[in-house]
Amino acid sequence: MTKTNQNARTAILFILPALLLILSFVFLPIVLNLFYSLYRWNAFEAGRVFVGLEYYIRLFKDPIFYTALKNNFLFAVISLMFQVGGGLIIAAILEDKLIRKFQPFFRTVIFMPSVVSIVVVGLLWQLIYNPEIGLVNGALHAIGQSDWAHSWLGDSKTAIYAVVAVSQWQYTGYMTMLFLIAMQKIPAEYYEAAMMDGASRIKTFFSITVPQIKEMILVGTVVTVIGAFKVFDEVYIMTFGGPGRSTEVLGTMLYRAAFRNDEMGYASTIGTMIFLITLTLSLIQLKLGKSGQEV
Amino acid sequence: MTIKDRMIRLVILVWFALFSLTIIYPMIWLGLSGLKSNSDFFLNTWSLPKEWLWGNYKAAWDAGIGQFFLNSVLVSTVSVVTVMLLGSMAAFGLSRFRFKGMNVLLIIILCGLMLAPQVGLISLYKMLQVIGLYNTYWALILPYVSFQLPFSIFLMRSYFLSIPRELEESAIIDGCNNWKVYWHIIVPMGKPIIASCALLTGMNVWNEFMFALVFVEDSSLRTIPVGLMNLRSQLNTNFGIQLAGLAISALPMIIVYIIFQRQFVRGLTAGSVKG
Repeated sequence: MTKTNQNARTAILFILPALLLILSFVFLPIVLNLFYSLYRWNAFEAGRVFVGLEYYIRLFKDPIFYTALKNNFLFAVISLMFQVGGGLIIAAILEDKLIRKFQPFFRTVIFMPSVVSIVVVGLLWQLIYNPEIGLVNGALHAIGQSDWAHSWLGDSKTAIYAVVAVSQWQYTGYMTMLFLIAMQKIPAEYYEAAMMDGASRIKTFFSITVPQIKEMILVGTVVTVIGAFKVFDEVYIMTFGGPGRSTEVLGTMLYRAAFRNDEMGYASTIGTMIFLITLTLSLIQLKLGKSGQEV
Repeated sequence: MTIKDRMIRLVILVWFALFSLTIIYPMIWLGLSGLKSNSDFFLNTWSLPKEWLWGNYKAAWDAGIGQFFLNSVLVSTVSVVTVMLLGSMAAFGLSRFRFKGMNVLLIIILCGLMLAPQVGLISLYKMLQVIGLYNTYWALILPYVSFQLPFSIFLMRSYFLSIPRELEESAIIDGCNNWKVYWHIIVPMGKPIIASCALLTGMNVWNEFMFALVFVEDSSLRTIPVGLMNLRSQLNTNFGIQLAGLAISALPMIIVYIIFQRQFVRGLTAGSVKG
């Protein structure tokens, strides 16, 4: 092409500042994390003792690790149901010609919680769940179901579900928006042809809408599942892993090991596990994404 | 429209109205409860405030929200400006030149999109202590910029690739160098995507919690999300002021979102095409 294209040195100069930052603050810490997980060390003391894979062995024997994995998994499954499954249905309904003119309003409203900080949302919902003054129990009393009133975040049986529910409240609108954007690229003729054939709404949804946006459904699925293994804020804010350790997730387990128990090596080991899990999921995405293009 | 269609529409509209209510009501409740006295809050959880105590908002601001708010503004502004500048430069380099190793660079930057921040939390904490930046604004700005750059580079690069090259070719013939092409042609033409990136980056930084919790210690350096957690333990019985604080923190993002919805959606669209 033109002579500018040959000028590699100029290109590097433009890219270098960003690249250096990404390498030193995103990539280097991951490498260091692997190294740190092999040592016993504290935050405020110099020196470290090499322990090899001791922390990895301990992690696999730690019952809290399995509680955390189970909770992250629960986050993934429920988020897939509500954010991907629910978001898809909501988007399809909003795109239906019957109510499309109301779409801008509903779209704005349901997306709104995802721009608000999780801290605000978490603290707000802590009050909403509050057994004495909260809206949830208040609503149950109001409809005459006082027996169902409950200390939602205070009972180890319901706490994790209460936390997961807040996440659905906050992010379903985000996925819905992504699906709406994808659906609006489907040519209208497809739907017109289906209508001529007398296909029902449900049939059209499965035979046109879903196949046409399957790339976005895949992206949404992977983003949601990876997100479920990165969860930290909601749990830290609403329960800090309690009551007991019943709502512990990998993120809070890492934080507790590092900044409550000052076991930095063990915390790094948990970090490595999060890395391996999210890496595996990303690789699956790449693989699926490629095979999707070939089909 | 047939009668059956009307019925379906009615049912759907009622359902969506209720659904929207479960989203809007908690937010309105937040704003209104922030105006109540403590006893009013406990006795009349549901109703409008008996007395509209605008002073709660002032009290929340004075109790620390003011300082946290200014810290958040400072950290977010510096981070967004830096990401936009370095990100658009990198995107220019990656979209307008062809050279050996470009694909490797591209892959490195895209991998940065996928990495979970938790993985680097411990080592970043240690690194920031060693280089003496722990517990300064830089302890937030540098990690924020680095973690936000990949996404912005990715979006800006795809957009820059779609800008026709004729303009810059004639500019080069007229003797413009690459810096001038970047600054006088690419940046002005890339404004829409830069605006979208700035909004999404700003939102992520404004709301970020984990790094803000770990990398600064002084209350005077705290950003809003962590500041709110402090305020909760400080004012644990004064719900009105606490809720006022939450409302103050949520409001800027909601206002920005409502005004700039189009740019938000454009960013999401561009970002989701290739995942």
